[in-house]
Amino acid sequence: MREACDLVIVGAGPGGLAAACRAAEAGLDVLVLDQQPEPGGQVWRGEARKGTNRLARRWLSRFAASGARFRPGARVVAAPEPGLLLVEEGPSSLAVRYGRLVLATGARERFLPFPGWTLPGVLGVSGLQVLVKDGLSIRGRRVVLAGTGPLLLAAAATLHAHGGEVLLIAEQAPAARHWGFALQLWRYPGKLLQGAVLSAGLVGVRTATEAWVLEARGEHRLESVRMSVSGREEQLACDYLGAAWGLVPNLELARLLGCEVSGGAVVVDERMETRVPRVHAVGELLGIGGVDQALISGELAGLAAAEQPVPDSLEKSWRRVRAFAGALALHDAPRPELRRLATPETLLCRCEDVPLSALEDCTNLREARLYARLGMGSCQGRTCGAAAETLFGWAAESVRPPGLPARIGSLRPPAEPPPTLKRES
Amino acid sequence: MREPGAKAATSVTLRINGRALTVPAGTSVAAALALAGDLVSRSDLAGRPRGPLCGMGVCFECRATVDGVPEVLTCLTPCREDLEVVTDA
Repeated sequence: MREACDLVIVGAGPGGLAAACRAAEAGLDVLVLDQQPEPGGQVWRGEARKGTNRLARRWLSRFAASGARFRPGARVVAAPEPGLLLVEEGPSSLAVRYGRLVLATGARERFLPFPGWTLPGVLGVSGLQVLVKDGLSIRGRRVVLAGTGPLLLAAAATLHAHGGEVLLIAEQAPAARHWGFALQLWRYPGKLLQGAVLSAGLVGVRTATEAWVLEARGEHRLESVRMSVSGREEQLACDYLGAAWGLVPNLELARLLGCEVSGGAVVVDERMETRVPRVHAVGELLGIGGVDQALISGELAGLAAAEQPVPDSLEKSWRRVRAFAGALALHDAPRPELRRLATPETLLCRCEDVPLSALEDCTNLREARLYARLGMGSCQGRTCGAAAETLFGWAAESVRPPGLPARIGSLRPPAEPPPTLKRES
Repeated sequence: MREPGAKAATSVTLRINGRALTVPAGTSVAAALALAGDLVSRSDLAGRPRGPLCGMGVCFECRATVDGVPEVLTCLTPCREDLEVVTDA
């Protein structure tokens, strides 16, 4: 199948939706691709059905009215030439010709290996939250959360609200840094409210700073965790562990397209345009900054794509959210102890079952790939790549197509000449 | 096993490893794996059980065979009536 549009947007989270609304409202033919069944991204997952979050509801209905088209279940597998994306949608393949592209691929959790982290019942912090939002019954189940930053509290609030017995919220950051960050929130009223609402739901739940997981134990499934809490070890019997430390941007597609990446973020100008002409990037790709940054950068990119002027208020908001992103990066940086949790037997690459001991003689990611098959499995290093970067300082390699497991048929560019773009006809 | 609170009009029935399971509409297949038993989606190369990790289509740990299609990411797949899920565990 083939599609053509003025603007294609990859990712239907807040950033992608804001870009789509601004561009479609200005008259562009906009196509939005997302691998999920509904728009909303990870942060607004399920909101298209539930409508409990007011901000999400507002943007989702604006998106529905904007005239932008949405294709769910769509995964971009290759970008063989400028202006062309090859996409897989379940069993069918799709070629998309576009005038401009907005990358809004969001972020994933930063997983770090520790003994027992491959046991069923051990998930990410947001990973566990997502599964509960998607119907996993947590009522009466004992849960331990180990992570960092605002997402840790957000996940705890969800689990608590769904009847989970949250035994411990383990924040890795030291108390001083944690409270320094909390106080920083005062300068950002929107964030303060968010934080306050979340905390209010968590009265009576035990929280600890300078706390992290040491080991997950169990026969066929998680049975208990060993934790380090303010310098002391303790063991807790539990049913679920959510463990991940902050977020890392999903940079694969940006790298595949040749966008410049610096300091773990895509380099953009004030129009959110990357160093590759006609390709924009928004949201978490610019450095982890949350919903506000995603919405504002999305609006800026949508306006730029449609060649519309930028309102002053939007410019101002942009500077404000960038300051928040800076504070978050400082707070969420994993502490050195977290890099030393894995034992020689602990698997680093979960797809190819590569233990830490297999990497002894490797000095970079390329060697680890070639000699030990690190990152050669289904997820293509999406999980172990970020871990290896944190553990060993190994920089990510360039991405080659296919970016994801794909059928051969999906990688063949369309044979016939593509349909003419709407605006040019 | 039936999730408490599920109503007939708002629930769907699928099969996981041949066993019928009724879940509230909107439940993902990955979440249903826990309702079906022990949240196991596949085995690793040494035969040890694995379950969902990221919940958002990144890690591929939750992959299973859905309606005959192998390696489907169950965390991105909503439960539908008569869906046939087979785990590799």
